[in-house]
Amino acid sequence: MKFGVVIFPGSNCDRDLIDTLSKLSDQPVEELWHKDTDLKGVDFVFLPGGFSYGDYLRSGAIAKLSPIMQSVKEHADKGGYVMGICNGFQILCESGLLPGALLRNDHQKFLCKNVYLRPVNTELKITKSLDSNKSYTIPIAHGEGNYYADKATIEELEANNQVMFRYCDINGNVTKESNPNGSINNIAGICNKGRNVFGMMPHPERCFSEYLFNTDGRAIFNSIIK
Amino acid sequence: MELATLEQAKQLGLLAEEFEKIIEILGRTPNFTELSIYSVMWSEHCSYKNSITWLKTLPKDGPYMLAKAGEENAGLVDIGGGLAVCFKIESHNHPSAIEPYQGAATGVGGINRDIFSMGARPIAQLNSLRFGNIQTARTKWLLKGVVKGIGDYGNAFGIPTVGGEVYFDDCYETNILVNAMSVGIAKVGTTISAIAEGLGNPVYIFGSTTGKDGIHGAAFASKDISEDSINDLPSVQVGDPFYEKLILEASMELIQTGAVIGMQDMGAAGITCSTSEMAAKSKTGMVVHLDKVPLRQANMKGWEILLSESQERMLVIVEKGKEHLAEAIFKKWEITYSQIGEVTDSQRVQYYYHGELEADIPAESLVLGGGAPIYTREWETPQYFKDIERYNIDNIPQVDNLKEVAEFLMQQPNIASKKWIFNQYDSMVGTVNQSTNFPSDAAIVKIKGTDKSLALTVDCNSRYVYSNPHVGCAIAVAEAARNIVCSGARPSAVTNCLNFGNPYDKEVYYQFKHSIDGMREACLKFNTPVTGGNVSFYNQSTEGVAVYPTPTIGMVGILEKPEHQTGLAFKEEGDLIYLIGQSQNDISSSQYLAKYHKVAFSPAPWFDLDEEKRLQDAIYESIENGFISSAHDVSEGGLFVTLMESAMNSHLGFRIQSDNAFRKDAWLFGEGQSRVVLTVKPSQRELLENHFGTHGLNYQHIGEVKGVNALIDGEDFGSIDQLKSLYDNAIGNALL
Repeated sequence: MKFGVVIFPGSNCDRDLIDTLSKLSDQPVEELWHKDTDLKGVDFVFLPGGFSYGDYLRSGAIAKLSPIMQSVKEHADKGGYVMGICNGFQILCESGLLPGALLRNDHQKFLCKNVYLRPVNTELKITKSLDSNKSYTIPIAHGEGNYYADKATIEELEANNQVMFRYCDINGNVTKESNPNGSINNIAGICNKGRNVFGMMPHPERCFSEYLFNTDGRAIFNSIIK
Repeated sequence: MELATLEQAKQLGLLAEEFEKIIEILGRTPNFTELSIYSVMWSEHCSYKNSITWLKTLPKDGPYMLAKAGEENAGLVDIGGGLAVCFKIESHNHPSAIEPYQGAATGVGGINRDIFSMGARPIAQLNSLRFGNIQTARTKWLLKGVVKGIGDYGNAFGIPTVGGEVYFDDCYETNILVNAMSVGIAKVGTTISAIAEGLGNPVYIFGSTTGKDGIHGAAFASKDISEDSINDLPSVQVGDPFYEKLILEASMELIQTGAVIGMQDMGAAGITCSTSEMAAKSKTGMVVHLDKVPLRQANMKGWEILLSESQERMLVIVEKGKEHLAEAIFKKWEITYSQIGEVTDSQRVQYYYHGELEADIPAESLVLGGGAPIYTREWETPQYFKDIERYNIDNIPQVDNLKEVAEFLMQQPNIASKKWIFNQYDSMVGTVNQSTNFPSDAAIVKIKGTDKSLALTVDCNSRYVYSNPHVGCAIAVAEAARNIVCSGARPSAVTNCLNFGNPYDKEVYYQFKHSIDGMREACLKFNTPVTGGNVSFYNQSTEGVAVYPTPTIGMVGILEKPEHQTGLAFKEEGDLIYLIGQSQNDISSSQYLAKYHKVAFSPAPWFDLDEEKRLQDAIYESIENGFISSAHDVSEGGLFVTLMESAMNSHLGFRIQSDNAFRKDAWLFGEGQSRVVLTVKPSQRELLENHFGTHGLNYQHIGEVKGVNALIDGEDFGSIDQLKSLYDNAIGNALL
């Protein structure tokens, strides 16, 4: 499988994602420039974290208009894999590739720390190596990660098993205290109905190697690579 | 053009004698634009006129120095493998005291530009903050604004904030301190200097457009804060981290083209400072057409364009004939750029506007090391030293309920967790922060593509410096080095941010001069040359209240091997706890004495530089030998807080026995220096005792890692989790 990472002006997790993907897959990763429309034949497109176009209007609101995103949409519509992490998730929601929106954190502050995640649906392309009874330590770093959608949408997401991850405590319990941003139903990541577009706020690429003393993110990438 | 007057010179902060000197240099009376240029270039902020004499006494040489202090925008140290670390700390105190959000944000922006203008990619940031009483509405407003400003800028720019320090003391109520440090990595031989060589080479400005923000910012930073300072609000700049990220990426690509002759960012005094410094350094000259500078507002006067401190702007000299290479990159990143002039051999900076020569000045006459004035001010021993001399520990009552003191100290804002603050900073972007999940006394940052890491720290206990400027500043250097050593790394070099009051105040100048003496002595001892930094005087309100002398030390160390990385957290139950170094009957200048007993005047804590060096060498060697489980130095809050920090990070308790040769409060809470807590497996006991015995250092087996409580002489001081909860929430609760 060939991977590509989109680089928007203001992306700042692009390098981290490219590092992680190339190290774990042992193959080069394509850089996809926001002004281009060519996906360079990649099978799996990643939208990295950061502050695309400064995020001065609304996170992801400008990025969705970029030339590359038109190609990413076509790729997704044809069933191609797309994953957005943090700002990438925000862009996918803004683009309509994923339902809902990411509001400002309920406590109104940017928050960067390790959180615990519990996989909900472990039959997806990116979760199939995960254990749904385990809690994974994965860091977050966002000011707008409070997942919101109207009641009907949330019910549909839950009914279709489109919730990938929920925030939980160290023992895997999904509690109000373990929710770092106020997101509905502790939702940390979702997929689309077609199960080929994925979005999550936490950063698995920030915990992929022993030198960081946390390798919990590796299981997510291994799901894709192996 | 109309000639300037002495009256105008005084209004711009110049002395009468300085006005005379300008006339002498030019051989004529300057016009207003020229006077404005001198006023900013000769301000304290740009010229270091009252500090440079002493700064030159600091050690600059070392085996690994690639750029010495003052030679470049930031220090450059060889770390082997063809790589160099580039780092600097800088203050943004005055703007932050007036407009905390933008003041702090642009401080972060400015220091990062210093790093990448040299061709180094920033990989980590730190900051050192000082505020007044956390209970006052003003402090809460300032703290929230500063933290959000640093966070919003640094997070979007995408460089992790990996460390820092925050103190609260009444002396900072009006004048807060905001010091930001950035650290980057460059390839040796591909770094860029701030030079303007080659007759006819084009001079480009790229980045943000130029507006009226920040005019006379450097002059603003060179005077006391008064109630009229609010009128200086236009002196505060506005930051745009997104644009900074673009110019970072563009600068990195620009350097790779080989088209760059020299580059400098625009900080204080904007176009004036960058053009004159670059021309002066190369002994060339420069013609600049101000009409060509992209402006963000109409009707700007020539001197406004020259002095504007609009953020996110760079000046680059491109090799003639390679303009297209540079312009292609600016276009790729959609960055505004303009060729505004060219390099000449006139040794003058000549600024044209609307076809007229607006200013014509010998470049050398403007800059530090050239014509900028140099003064040595008078100093005298501070009056308050008499209050310090009156201090006697025997007059301080021994508290019966030490458990209550322990709980008090754990919630003391200078000791309590700063997580309310640092959780608002992205500390993990870049995947280099190795301390997130394995904390140690210094932040450990991976140098990608190598086995090595950097160890980074900023340190200054200004209460110690206030009590004894010489010793206190030496302690700041010693503590920084100790933090690096306890993390398993070797101290390498220093950058400093010298925050003081008004240099014309003789007592302040005493503090300054003696701090530098202490810094020199300690830097020589630890073999950590000073690579540069920044001086911030006038941290003083018009009521005459100066901040504590605060010479913040930013230190960089090298972790040679991954296996040497040593954490501060206890490792496992049953490990033996050792105190290395000499206990003292000393509570001088401790948080316990200052905050619990509310004693403002006492000497600096016990300190012996030779002993400290021996301790650090022995600790480093013990870590290299591989028998240490954890290491954590004793600092604010004394031994008790040190043990608690090791316990809270591991959720393991401890059981210790005190030494009745000392007052128990001094033994637990005293801040006597040169002490480190080590833990080892019981099987390593002999190894440890032999090692430190051989080095002639005092070691004491004080207890074991055990249970989940803090047990001292059989008394239960509480569960680690319960004390941690107090410690974790104190600052957040105070800010509600």
